[in-house]
This record gives sequence, C-alpha cells and structure tokens, in this order.
Amino acid sequence: MSKFQPIEFYKNKKNEYSLLPFRFEPLSEVNYAVTNLVGEHLIIPRETLEDFVKHKLDSSSPHYINLRAKHFLVDDKTQIAKELLSIKLKTKYRVLSEFTGLHIFVVSLRCEHSCPYCQVSRQSDDKIKFDMSTDIADKSIDLALRSPSKNIKIEFQGGEPLLNFPLIKYIVNAAKSKQKEKNLSFVIATNLALITEEILLFCKQHGILISTSLDGPKDIHNLNRPRPGGNSYEKAVEGIQMVRAHLGIDAVSALMTTTKNSLGRVKEIIDEYLKFSFTGIFLRPLSPYGFALKTKTYSAYDANKWHDFYLEGLEYIIDLNKTGVKFREYYTSTILTKIFTSQEPGYVDLMSPSGIGIGAIVYNYDGLVYASDESRMLAEMGDTSFELGNVLTNSYEDIFLNPKLLDPIEESFAFSVPMCNDCAFETYCGADPVFHHAIYKDFVGRKPESEFCNRNMKIFKYLIERMDSEPYIKRLFMSWAQSNA
Amino acid sequence: MLKLHGSAISHDATLMQRGLFIVTKKSELPRTIKSKYALLLDNYLNYEEGYGAYISFSEVKISNIKNYFYLPKEMDYLGEGDIIRIEPSGRINSLFRINSSHNTILLTEQCNHYCLMCSQPPKNIDDSWLMDDAMALLDLIPRETRNIGFSGGEPTLYGDHFIDLINKTKLILPNTTVDVLSNGRAFSDSIFTSKFAAINHFDCVLGIPIYSDDPARHDYVVQSKGAFDETILGILNLKKYQQKVEIRIVIHKQTIDRLVQTCEFIASNLLFVDHVALMGLEMMGFTRANLDQLWIDPFEYKDILSEAVDVLTCYGINTSVYNHQLCVINDDVLPNYKKSISDWKNEYVDQCDSCLKKSECGGFFSSSKMYRYSDHIKAII
Repeated sequence: MSKFQPIEFYKNKKNEYSLLPFRFEPLSEVNYAVTNLVGEHLIIPRETLEDFVKHKLDSSSPHYINLRAKHFLVDDKTQIAKELLSIKLKTKYRVLSEFTGLHIFVVSLRCEHSCPYCQVSRQSDDKIKFDMSTDIADKSIDLALRSPSKNIKIEFQGGEPLLNFPLIKYIVNAAKSKQKEKNLSFVIATNLALITEEILLFCKQHGILISTSLDGPKDIHNLNRPRPGGNSYEKAVEGIQMVRAHLGIDAVSALMTTTKNSLGRVKEIIDEYLKFSFTGIFLRPLSPYGFALKTKTYSAYDANKWHDFYLEGLEYIIDLNKTGVKFREYYTSTILTKIFTSQEPGYVDLMSPSGIGIGAIVYNYDGLVYASDESRMLAEMGDTSFELGNVLTNSYEDIFLNPKLLDPIEESFAFSVPMCNDCAFETYCGADPVFHHAIYKDFVGRKPESEFCNRNMKIFKYLIERMDSEPYIKRLFMSWAQSNA
Repeated sequence: MLKLHGSAISHDATLMQRGLFIVTKKSELPRTIKSKYALLLDNYLNYEEGYGAYISFSEVKISNIKNYFYLPKEMDYLGEGDIIRIEPSGRINSLFRINSSHNTILLTEQCNHYCLMCSQPPKNIDDSWLMDDAMALLDLIPRETRNIGFSGGEPTLYGDHFIDLINKTKLILPNTTVDVLSNGRAFSDSIFTSKFAAINHFDCVLGIPIYSDDPARHDYVVQSKGAFDETILGILNLKKYQQKVEIRIVIHKQTIDRLVQTCEFIASNLLFVDHVALMGLEMMGFTRANLDQLWIDPFEYKDILSEAVDVLTCYGINTSVYNHQLCVINDDVLPNYKKSISDWKNEYVDQCDSCLKKSECGGFFSSSKMYRYSDHIKAII
C-alpha cells in the first residue's frame, strides 16, 4: 500500500457547506453572474446556481472548487474565506477613513470659451464679480488642510483658471507654507489657450500637472468649444506640446466631453488621442446637466446612443491592443479595478458611499462650498441642494457635518438602497445622489427608470461576458484594473 | 553535479567528535585560530602542527599527524574558505562554499508535510544536532557573505530555536540576506509571528509554497489536512507584521490544471507578497516514486505558464520562472526567466552543445538529466 493518500482523502466527504453572502444576476437564459461583497465574480449556469443554493452541489465539481476559491462557500475543508473577505473589505473601504483628498478651487468663473454644454462659465471681464478673492482662497486652503487625508490634491478649475493665474500662484505658495505634514499636489484644469512659458516655469517649479480638454478631431472639438477665432483645437494642441516640452510627456492629461457631435465618431476621437500619444481615453457619458436637463431632451434615446458609442470605442480599443498598440479606456478601467482588485479607484460617480464631499469638494469663486463639481452645476441652474456652506462664515464642522451632505450620502448608500442591495453589481457601482436628485428629485431614484442604473448595468454585464468569452480580453482587462503607474 | 557529501578514503580516528572547519592552505595562521581550520595538504611540505584537522586529495604520509582525512577526488572542489563538517566516522559534508551564491543550510529532515514531490524526504528522527551545527556554522561564515539559505524539512518545527537562529544570523552576519524555506504553517500562530518579526531582520525572505487555490488539492499535494488554511493564515500574519514572503509554486501534473486560478487567487488575496516563483520539478526524493502522478512535459504546459506569469505581472507582482529550459518556454516569459538551479546540481544535455542560448539558459537539475526531462529539448540556433 502506498504511503501517500489519494486526493479523495482530502476532499470534503459529507458534501456539507455553508453559503457566504453573495448576489446573482442573469446574463442570459443559461448563465448567471454571481458576485460577493468584495467583487469576486464567477459566471455559472442556472442549474449550477440552483444546486449551489440548495446545498446539492457536488464538492468535486469544478464549479464547487471555483466557488470555494472565490469565497462563495465554506466547508469543513477550509474556513479561511472569512479571513480573506474581511481583509479585502477593509482594504476596499480604507479610503473612507482618509476622507476628502481632492479639493477643487474655482479660481474664476470667467472663460474666453463659450461651450454650449458648460453651465459654469461667464464671458465677462468683471474680475471683482467672477474671480475668487484672496480672502476666500485663504479660508478655503485652511479648510482643505483640515482634511484628515495625508494626500491633498488641489485642482484649479473655472471658468478658465488661467484667467486668474495670480491667484493660482498665491494659493500654491500659501498652501505650501501653511501645510505641515501633508503631501500636496496640484492640477490645473485648463483649455490651454492662455498657457505661457511663465506659467509653465511656475508649474515646473511646483510639480503642477495639467488637465485639459480634447474632444476629438478639429471639427468636433471646435464645434463643441467655440471661442473668438474659432481656434480652440489649435490652441489645445499647441498647448499640449508646450506642456510636454516643459513638464514631460505625462504631465498633461486630456478629458473629452461627449456631445451629439461625437456620437458615431468614436474611432476618430480615439485616433486623435493616439495621434497625441495619450495612453488612454475617458469616453464620458453624456452629461445630463445644463441644457439637456433644462430642455428635457435628455432621454433614453441619448443614453442608448451613448452606449453604442462607448461599446464601439471599447471594441476598437481592444482591437488596437491586439495589434500591439497599448491604450485603455478609463471608465472601463475604473470598473475593472473594482472587479479585479480590492482598491477603491476613487471616481466620485462610481463610489458608494458616494464620494461627494468626502472624496472631493468644491470651493467656488464666491466662497460657497459644493459637494461636487456637478453640485455647483446644479446650483448654477438654481438648485442649491448640495450647497454646503460658505468659507467666510462657516466652520469645517458646519460644512462637513451639514445634513445637506450627510443625508444624501446616507440615503443613497447603494448597499441599503432598494434594488441595489440585491444587485449583483452593487460592489462595482456607485451611488451618485447628485445625478439622481437632478433628474428624479430624490437622492435614490427608482432604479428601473434610472438612466445611471441602466447605463452601468449594461456595461457591467457586457464587460463580464466579454472577458469570459476570450482569455486575451480577460488578461487585458486585468491589466487595465491596475493603476496607471 | 558536485558531491557535497563523501567519506574519507582513510583517516585516523583521533577526532573525538563532529566538528566544523574552514578549509585553508595557509600553514602559518596564528596559533589562536588554527583549531578552527582544516589545513589542506598538497604534500607533507605545508604541514604545520595545531590545525583542527588536515585534509588532502592524494595520500600524504606524515608521522604523528592527528585528525587527518584523505578525501575522495570528487570533493577536490573544496578550497580556501569553504566550510566542512567532519565526523569521527570519516564522513565529510561541504556546508558552505565561499564561491557559491547558493549556500543553503539544512536544519532538519523532520517535516509536518509529506509532499508528493519532496526532494528531501522527511525522516522522523531527532536531528537537532543539525541545528547545533548551523548555529556553530554562523560563527565561521565570512561577514561579507551576501546570502544564505535555511531549509529542511520544516525549519520552524524548532519553534523558539528557529527564532534564535535567525536572530543570531542577524547579529553575526549583519549584512547577509537570508532565505528560509518553510511551509508557513507555524506563522498561523500570531505570537510566533510576532516573535519572528521582533528580530527585525533587514532582509529575511520566507519562501512558502501554495500549490493550488483549491484547498483540497493543496492539502493533497502536501499530504496534510488543514495545511492550506494554516499556510494562508501564516502568510497573512507575516505580512501583517511586514515580513517578506515569497510564494513558491512547483508546477506538475497535480498543480498545472489550476495554475492560472492559483495565480489569480494570489493576485486577489495575497497581492502584498514580495515575490512569486513558478518552479519546474526536481527529480529528487519522492518525485521519482510518484513520477506517473507528477510528470507533465513543460513543453505541453508552456501556454499555461505564460498565462500564469501574465496574471501575476499584470497585478505588478514580482514574478520569476525557475528551473525551466529556454527551448520549452514561450518568449513572453523571458523577462521573468531566471537561471535558478544551484551551481552544484546544474547541468546541460547533449542537445545544448550547439545551442546559442546555452549561456542564458538555466539548464537542468542533475536529477532531471538523469531521470526525466522534456522530450522537446532542442538547440536554439
């Protein structure tokens, strides 16, 4: 007789197991996605799912082994799943204990562009009325530095922040001299039309990064972003090259806004990003704010169009990677990070609890504090639901303990929201109370009607099925799940 | 293959007990340290009294010489600075070779695992003298040594004595990095782990095997129920205390089917480990007895190996492929390919003679060359 035992000796004899918390969602008539609270997922046939919940699944089946390895069940063989789940859950929510990391300073509402989709700019020379004052800046810096977060990122926005560059300089110097133990970083969100050598030298000296807008090829970009001279595209392209020449290739990132002009032209837009050596693109959903919301033209029709736009772009990017061109789509990457890792990518729209206020906060030019960038857009349209206070008159506690912040965070927490709480994709999704309030007038909305829910559900299902269909795509998606570094 | 163990062809029996000696040809060492050395005699001309032992590879006749051992030719690689153990029976072990970067010290042959492919089959006998020798060896190893390894058996079975050993290593060899091969189960005890961490060694890596993400399969490979949970818990504890951990996966027929899933499990649950080694099978010990259950030609699993490496590296996990030949792997694993086989048991086969990549290739275990290796070995030209 052999002194070695066969594998049967080590298997679970009684076929008894306990279920760990999990949720499921049909992908097709045959297959179901099952997920758990840290985002582990599997695709299993319906009958396997039924056997599994009825405690009839054979412990030697591959499905059983997969379910056990991904913490969907425990048996007398192993109890380690609970330990691993708890560590991963702690990692996932660790970001909450760090509190607000991104502090947006709207240093001026003035802009020389007149983009139709923008609600937060004015064509004006009235600096007194539309520029942030040093008083407001000082108070805002104090609030930003009160954040428990060790890493404080200050982002300058507008309008066009470079129209008030002296205040940017003032804030950078003041924040640096006031801070004691924080890691400070700075970003300027600019259309680059006004960038100069002098500004770039300052950026170089203080390690300031640039975030700009590139909506696609020249005609789309200039149509989306009118300015005197009609040369927004030329200015942006010139600016990108200038920034890179001074600060390095990765010092500038670009964001695109999807408009009706973009729909149907996603490949051209991506090619434009490739042309300028960007390593990825963020195919942003159509924004419901501003014009669209006012005129009630924001409809399912647009949402479906965007979905086609996104999928066509994503597939094009996958094909690019297959031919050896490394490029990624950042919205997908954000979701994949939640699918494949325990890290919280920190994208405010896809956070639950929502990232408003506690992930990012906006100090407006006039001293008012908003829970997010979208919150100040709503305010410009007359809805001040997410206006948290004024830096001149309110304390840190007034602002961050304001029920106008805490209530939406609590009420929209997806884990306890009807339909989200039993949704298999809840861990990949976000709460987005601002969006739901804007469209449905409450922080939650009814999910079957929620464009946010529909859009993301479609994407989650698509991504999970797509990577199951092809090992190459699973590997590619795994690499996108990792941070960009 | 170097013979690390041998028996003297002839010796005198005056050596009363086992002893460790540094090999030297220098016949004029100060009197106060001579006894630590074994003088390597070319002939009677460099003989000097007072050395701890005398060795030679051709017989030397000197009257009244004490502790003289005439060693077999296969051990004539021994040279200045090497450290040997001599037993009164005339048995000689090479414990430390100064020119080798792979000095591994065997601490015990006892183990609480009984792995299907164990290269060092466990023996249930009291061999704590090995630990005594290891402690003594530390006093002889030169301070410039870059790295030493400790292996078993299962070194942590010594409990606190294991902690003492690592602590002494830190104190005596403050600049030497340390590798320990362990199954990690002892570290499932937080108190033990905290004691280990308290040593605060600057670079001590625990090499711990995980053979599958399926606990039943892991337990089967190591032939011990409950091993998987304890090993995982051990790794978690070690990382909680910020200790360095390397995960070692031996690839064979019992582990290949879930190799990719196992790597996904590591990426998902143990992302914080310092290194993962994917290792080819060594044809030693139990492997030969269980060859039918274990053997799979590396050429057949090369795509799976590529996928496994891809998973780990895309998560940013430092990954190495050990014990494979360049002609049986895909090019995409080359960045992770390491020449890993210890010099003393590293060989090449006839096909390698005309291979252009021979110098970059890790070659074979002597045991593989002798018993079983891929049917797809061919010169790269």
